[in-house]
Order: sequence, then structure tokens, then C-alpha cells
Amino acid sequence: MEKHAGEIIYINGPVVKAENAQGLKMREMVLVGKKRLIGEVISISKDTATIQVYEETSGLSRGEEILSTGSPLSVKLGPGILSNIFDGIERPLLAMYKDGNAFIPEGVGLVSLDEQKQWAVEMVAKEGDYLTAGQVYATIQETSMIRHRLMVPPHLKGKVVFAERSGSYTIEQTLVTLEEEGSRHELKLYQLWPVRQPRPVAKRNPIGKLLVTGQRVIDTFFPLAKGGTAAIPGGFGTGKTITQHQLAKWSDADIIVYIGVGERGNEMTEVLEDFPEIKDPRSGKSIMERTVLIANTSNMPVAAREASIYTGITIAEYFRDMGYHIAIMADSTSRWAEALREISGRLEEMPAEEGFPAYLPSRLAQFYERAGDIETLGGSGGSITVIGAVSPAGGDFTEPVTQNTKRVVSTFLALDKALAYARHYPSINWLRSYSGYVTDLKDWYDENASPEMLELRAKLLRILQEEDKLQEIVKLVGEDILPDDQRLILEISRVIKVGYLQQNAYHADDANVSLAKQYRMLRVIDALYENAIKCVKKGAPMSKVKNDALFYKITTMKYNVPENRQEILEDYIREIRDYYDGLDKTYSKGGARHEG
Amino acid sequence: MRVKYLKLDRIEGPLIVLSGVREAVFGELVDIEVNGSQRKKGKVVQIDRDRVVIQVFESTSGISLGNTSVAFTGHPMTVPLSRDILGRIFNGIGEPIDGAGFYSDKKYDINGRPINPVGRRYPRNYIQTGISAIDGLTTLIRGQKLPIFSGDGLPHNELAAQIVKQAKIAGAREDNFAIVFAAMGIKHDEADFFRKQFELSGVLNKVVMYVNLADDPIVERITTPRCALTAAEYLAFEQDMHILVIMTNMTNYSEALREISSAREEVPSRRGYPGYLYSDLASLYERAGMIKNAEGSITQIPILTMPNDDITHPVPDLTGFITEGQIILSRELFQKNIYPPINVLPSLSRLMKESIGEGYTREDHPDLANQVFSAYSHVQDVRSLAQVIGEDDLSELDKKYLEFGRQFEQKLLNQGFEGNRDVIESLDIMWELLRVLPKEELNRIKPEYIDKYLK
Repeated sequence: MEKHAGEIIYINGPVVKAENAQGLKMREMVLVGKKRLIGEVISISKDTATIQVYEETSGLSRGEEILSTGSPLSVKLGPGILSNIFDGIERPLLAMYKDGNAFIPEGVGLVSLDEQKQWAVEMVAKEGDYLTAGQVYATIQETSMIRHRLMVPPHLKGKVVFAERSGSYTIEQTLVTLEEEGSRHELKLYQLWPVRQPRPVAKRNPIGKLLVTGQRVIDTFFPLAKGGTAAIPGGFGTGKTITQHQLAKWSDADIIVYIGVGERGNEMTEVLEDFPEIKDPRSGKSIMERTVLIANTSNMPVAAREASIYTGITIAEYFRDMGYHIAIMADSTSRWAEALREISGRLEEMPAEEGFPAYLPSRLAQFYERAGDIETLGGSGGSITVIGAVSPAGGDFTEPVTQNTKRVVSTFLALDKALAYARHYPSINWLRSYSGYVTDLKDWYDENASPEMLELRAKLLRILQEEDKLQEIVKLVGEDILPDDQRLILEISRVIKVGYLQQNAYHADDANVSLAKQYRMLRVIDALYENAIKCVKKGAPMSKVKNDALFYKITTMKYNVPENRQEILEDYIREIRDYYDGLDKTYSKGGARHEG
Repeated sequence: MRVKYLKLDRIEGPLIVLSGVREAVFGELVDIEVNGSQRKKGKVVQIDRDRVVIQVFESTSGISLGNTSVAFTGHPMTVPLSRDILGRIFNGIGEPIDGAGFYSDKKYDINGRPINPVGRRYPRNYIQTGISAIDGLTTLIRGQKLPIFSGDGLPHNELAAQIVKQAKIAGAREDNFAIVFAAMGIKHDEADFFRKQFELSGVLNKVVMYVNLADDPIVERITTPRCALTAAEYLAFEQDMHILVIMTNMTNYSEALREISSAREEVPSRRGYPGYLYSDLASLYERAGMIKNAEGSITQIPILTMPNDDITHPVPDLTGFITEGQIILSRELFQKNIYPPINVLPSLSRLMKESIGEGYTREDHPDLANQVFSAYSHVQDVRSLAQVIGEDDLSELDKKYLEFGRQFEQKLLNQGFEGNRDVIESLDIMWELLRVLPKEELNRIKPEYIDKYLK
């Protein structure tokens, strides 16, 4: 399969050129030099091919051989992906470490899934069946949470002329042979798929299901949808990574694919150490059992950074095709864009905005468009939600990556430096963020939370917007001058900000909050506002309306009301009514006397 | 016998180009001999058919197209290392410059290898620096990379020296601790300052210095931190020592990178810096940390000056995206005569959340730090309001915040160059500050801690 396809004549960082390379195809995977480094053909001119190399090129010399593999850059899709960590081109970092070296060795070659491991396969197909693309021929309990379904690859179909019995197999063994029009295809425990090509689906469904994340500011105010797209932009120190980690831990997707694109090594180590300890709130199993990690840390080869998001999304599509709901997090897409820019620069392409290549917007769009709620070839439903972090240079959202991402995503969670400085986490700015899914999800909220939920959402957002305007005045003249109803807006906004929007990722009762509890908390805040404003209108003074103890109690309800005792929140509402009814009576009487 | 090439095609800045080369390895070291006597070193940075571009260490002055011979060594640039490097001073390519010779048969590739995330140990132990603003609010963790973002004229060197002098690692033996110091393009008097400070704190025989001063060749500025980090990796991961690496000044380093990139006629990205500045900086910063099969650790404190105090400049910006937080010095506080002038609000230690609190510092630490940040952030709003309406017209509560702000800067921040506080002492000062505020304002702290510590 591998054959000689030219010799190296040019080396500049990750870019290598080969001559006498007429046999190479665009986007083909090649092996470069004696160490057989993995590379991909990115341009061809006459007999010279330009190759980006996914490994360190130091030590290569002129004249070394290029081998062609005949196929585009592909990943192996099969059991062994879950709970594992791979580099940008699906080489297993766990297995590399088992060889005892804490550093990544050179020239690892083409390795991916474990070929020795025996999997307990339960056969579904039997001889005589007729199978089409996407149909399941066998299943494997890959982790205690996820059943892996082996499917007929897209573009294949045929009659089963041979089927193994259920039993123990390694991934290279043939389970099924299909025959169609005289040609035979052997189906093993894995299939290969080129990473840059989206896997086909039967049809796309409209968006209509909430991706429950357990994060109040997201679920209530700026919801993500299953099959939707979201971007989380923020300068350094605003908490992008921690927000992504929270989503990976608590969202109700079946499988999480987490791609560390050019980020810190310790962050991946943190995930590796923490995730096995965290229990999924729905199944009680360790969340690592449903997680796949792809790591190209900032000091790993830059070309593999470019490939890593395609590797990640291809893996996500494979599991989606089994009928699962996947959430994929890419932290951070800016590093991916910079990798594009770096390689583009070395190719001496004409730069567009800020040195980024002109094809940046189309590449971004292509990536995010691989999200969606779909019907699989096999006839079941699945979805991919894409959540990309963006690291704008200098925290400036007008830079090209943020702007071009904004055009293709529907939920935009803008992280704010000022909030982060005040340690308001998640530092999602409620005025600059938006979600395009609120209308699409209305029916879902009505059915699964309450028809009132979106009304309360709109009401609280209005309060927050008004507060922002009032703050402009307060900055000039101070708070005391405002009329009482406006001062109440400021006080209620404080409760919303500290008591609702802020969420403590390290607090057992606050890290993850169910939608039911979120709705109850919203009602408590709404009751506070409605009862208080009633009294303000009757002329009750602010010193009475803002009862410190009551406000403090509501601000800290997130810590004091555990998930399994959330009915306590109904007592909160009663307490609010009682207090303000009393106040109301005093001032109604007082008012009556005054008038009389 | 190695082939020597005697004729150059072109000399430009730090680069020489020669053609007709039969064998060259990307990244390899070359020996250059000028006039048959003067020896220099270089590195292959580009191969294009038989044409090879070489980056020359030291400088290209004196080189002509015909007076030079070039020999390829076939191996990457290495630095010799042994435990005897402690107490010694080297130049940017690892040659001793303190008057004595140095030999070791163990030679290490200065580019290192990326650490496998699976092979890392997550840093979870704090270093007490004796500085309240750091220990209390941006705790330094063993194995962390925590840069100091400063400006020209601000006392970043003093702060770094104070950290070296006072640093205590919980649970580590004194004799197991060493400092690797990489100087890139700094002035002679700055280098002298550090040398004197190391001497005064009695750690001189525990310091390895790799020095490239402002008037030394810029190409060596690129290799200086790599030599230093290779030495740090050797000491930490082979000798199981705890290493504190001080790298100063990263802005000079990045400028050297830009100068060479422009000589190579590469396509520039932001402000003329090369597109690979992020990857290049990451290849240095990511060498901090701890690994599973060694006891030692590498903690990095890179220092950089923000040109024109602009934090959005590419060097601080990209650094902030790679490092695990930052300590930012403020000109305003410095002008108020506060030392150390640490602006705590934008400062951050990303690793502190797991390494403070119960079992590490004290149970109340995370909540307490959170509350102090939140209160001091409100102080800034109150101050800008006071500028408009005057202090007298502020509400009673806002007046208390102003007082909190004053005390925060005077009692907590302003501890002086000699001030060395235990971490518990720093926490107690933070509680003392919070006493200025009404109890209802303390909504970030668990009530039980308020009862216990707010005396």
C-alpha cells in the first residue's frame, strides 16, 4: 500500500516539499523521511508536492524519501475511543506513556486504537440478512455507560454471506462479509474515515431540544440546543476553559468529545485527573466513561493542531451515527486559526485580515456546519452540538476569528474581563451574549420546565438591561438620588447577579443545577421583585423594602437549598409574601390615614 | 573527515546562505570558522534544494563571502550538563563565561520534547513567597508558570529577587531547591542586581545562570532560555530537585525573534511579530511542570515588560494565553509609593483553586480571597464615582468601601522589600480589612467562617 513517491527538497518548519512527486494526490496522507513522520499533501505544482508534517521536522534531511499511502488523512473509528486521550491525529497518548516516557517520543508512526485488546462482541447480523449503510451488524458494551454499535460504513451495502458468532475479538478480525454485485466487503470492528469529509446522514431535523448544561446563566438566559452551535469568546483569564470544563462535566449529552487545541498541558492533565472522579448526575457513573479527549497542547507540532478539530468532529459524527447525542468542545478555535495562519505564512500565501488566510471564514463555516440534529442512515436520531472557545487577541472581539465565528454560530456567550476581575463566574456578560435558539426551544421549555419560564427569563433580562442604563446615571450622581422604584431595580439586579447568574463551580450544591430548581429560583426572585415593587408604589421606604436579612437569604439560596430539597424554595416565596403583606398593610393604613 | 564548505552566497543580518550543499539536516548545528581562527556556531533553519540557510550564533560581523568555512555536524544543538552547573555562569549557547572551564560528557538537545499530558502530574502544592498579594490572592503553585507583567521602570526585578529570597516550598528539603536564571537582552546593571541579590540571600551556589546581555548577539537570545530550561529539566527530572526558573525579559526575547524573522523575510502577523510567536513562546512556557516518574518540579517566573504598559500588546497577550495566570504590576500603585505595586484585580493564579484551603493553607482561604477581590473591585467603581460627586456625597456604605480600599493598599499590599509574611499572617490581615465593611456585604464567604474568623 505504501509506495515511494518522491524525495525531500525543501524543509521549513512543518512545511516540506518533495520532488518527483507526480503520483501524489491532493490531501493524501504521506509518510515523510526515515522516521516515517505523518504528513498531508496541501498543494501540488508540476512535479513538486507541498506537505504539512504533523510531527517535529528537526532531524529531517534533504533527499529523504516520501512514501504515499494512497488514502486521505483518516482516523480509525471503532471500540477503544471512549475514556481515551489522543493527539491531533488520533495517536493514543495513554499508550505512548505506558512505554514509560513522560515526554512524547519522536517518530511514533501510525498507531491509533489498541489492536491487542479483546472486545466482547454481540452479533446482530446473521447470514442471509441484507444490510445497508448505517445498519448495525454487531454491538459492544464499550464502557458501562455506552454501547458501541458497529455499523455498515456509508456507501456500502450487501447480503451477509458470512457472519461470526458472538464472542471475543480484536479490532482487526472480520465479523461480517457483505456481497453486492459480485464484490465482497469484509467488515471488521472498525472503519476508516477521512477526517475532512463529513459523514453522510439521512436528513437534518429542525432544532428543538435544549442541551441542559446545569449552568443557570446558560440554561435560563442563553440556551444551547442539541445540534446547535455556540461560541465562547474571552480574553485570557476570563474563564473560557473552566466554562468549557463545566459544560463537559454537566451537560446532558451522551458523549463528550473534548479537544484541547493549542492549550496548556496541565489543563488536559486536570481533566484526566478530575473526570474519573466526577459522577454523571443521570447515570451515577464516572463521566470519563462517556468522554473522549483530543490533546494538541501548545508545544506539540502546529500542523497537528490544524488537524485536531477535524479528528474530533469525525469521532463525534461516528458516535452520532450510532444514535447518540454528542457535545463537542474545542478549546480554543483561535489556536486552530493561528495554526492555519502559521502554515499559510510558511507557504507564502497572500494574507488577508491580520495575516490570516483568506479561506479562514469558509473553513470555520465548514467546521461548525458539521453540527446538527439529524436522522442517521440507520434510521435513528442523533445530534452534534459544537461549542467553540475563541481567544481574541487582546480581548478585542472585532478581530477576524471572533467576527467570522459570530457569523456561523447561534449562541454567543461573551466572557467579560470586568466580571472576571470581580471574580463573577461564569463571567458571561448578559448584555452582550445572545442565543438564537430561544424561539426554537419554546415548546421544549413549555413541556419540560414551565410555560412561564421564558416569560420570567424575559422579565429578568429587562430588569438587568434597565439596571445597566441606571448604572450610567449612578456613575455620575450616585445611587441615593434615584427614585425608590429605580433603586429597587438596582437591588434586585444585585440579587440576580450574585444569587443567580454567579455560579460556583466548586460548590457541591451549586456546580450543577437542574432546570426544575432553576425555575423555582427564578420564581423566588420574581416574587421578591413583584412584592417589593408593590410596597414601593404604596410609599414604603427603601430601608424597609430592602430587608437585609431577606435579601441575604435569597442571595444565598443557591448554597442553602440542595437539589433534593428544592421544595424549600416554596417556603421562601411564602416568607416573601408574608413580609411584604405586613409592610403593605402598614403603609396602606398609613396612607389611608394620611389621606383622611 | 567532514565536508567543509568554503564559499557563501549571501550574508544578511544573522543569516548566511550557502549553496551546493550535498547533505544537510533540518535544525542541525554547524561549525563556522572565520579566517581560520575565529570559531562560531550556527543552526540550519531552512533547506531549499542544495541551498541552506543558517542562523549564526554570536554575530556575523567579520564574515565575508570568502573567508569562512562551514562544516555540518549532523546533530542538533546540545548543552553539556551535570550537577556541577550549580553556581556557574554560562552564555546563551551554554559556554561558561565565569573564567573556568566546564566539561560533561552528558549532552542534551536544547529543544527538549513536549511533555505528554498523560505523563504530567497536576501541580497541587503551594509555594509561600512571603508576599501577601501573591500568597493570599494569586498563590504561586509548585510546577506553575506564573509570569510578572510589568512596565519599564517598575520594580519587577526587585519582586523576582524577593520571591527567590523568601520562597518556601511546603514539605521540600532546603538543599533540594535550586534556581535557574535566564537573562535575555537585559542590561549589565540588571544582571549585576540579580547576582548581588542571589549573593545576599546566600543562594549563589544554588543558582545556574545563562546570560545574554543587551549587547550580546541576538541569535543567542533565542537559545538562552532553551539552554536554561534544558538545565532545569535535567535538575528537576533527573536529579529530583525543585527548580525555580526566572526568565527575564521575554519582551526582549520576542523582539529578537521578530528581528530574525524579518531578516528571513517571513510574512509578519500582528505588529510585525512572526505568526509562530504563540507556538514559539509555548515551546518555552510549557516546559514548566511536574512529571509522574520524577520527584522534582519546574516552576517558571517569566518577566516581561509591556511596551507602553499595554497589556494587549502581542507579547503579554500571547503569554497570558499560555501561562497559568499572571501577576500584573501597576504604575499607579508604584507612583503612590506602594511596594510591591501588584494590581491584584487583573492578576490571577489559575492553579490556586485546587491548592489552597483545607489541607493546604487554611479552610477559609478560597472564600476569603474571593470576597476581597469582589470588594476591591467595587472600590474601583466607588473611586470613580467619588471623583465625580466628591467623597462627601457618597453613601455611608461607599465610604466604608473607600476606607477598605485605602487599608487594602496600605496594610496588605505595601509590605516593602524586606517584608516576609507567613501565609496565615496574610490571611489574618485580609480578615482585618473586611472588618471595615458591614457583615451583610460579605456574601461570598460561608457564614460559619465569618463567625469563626471575623473577630
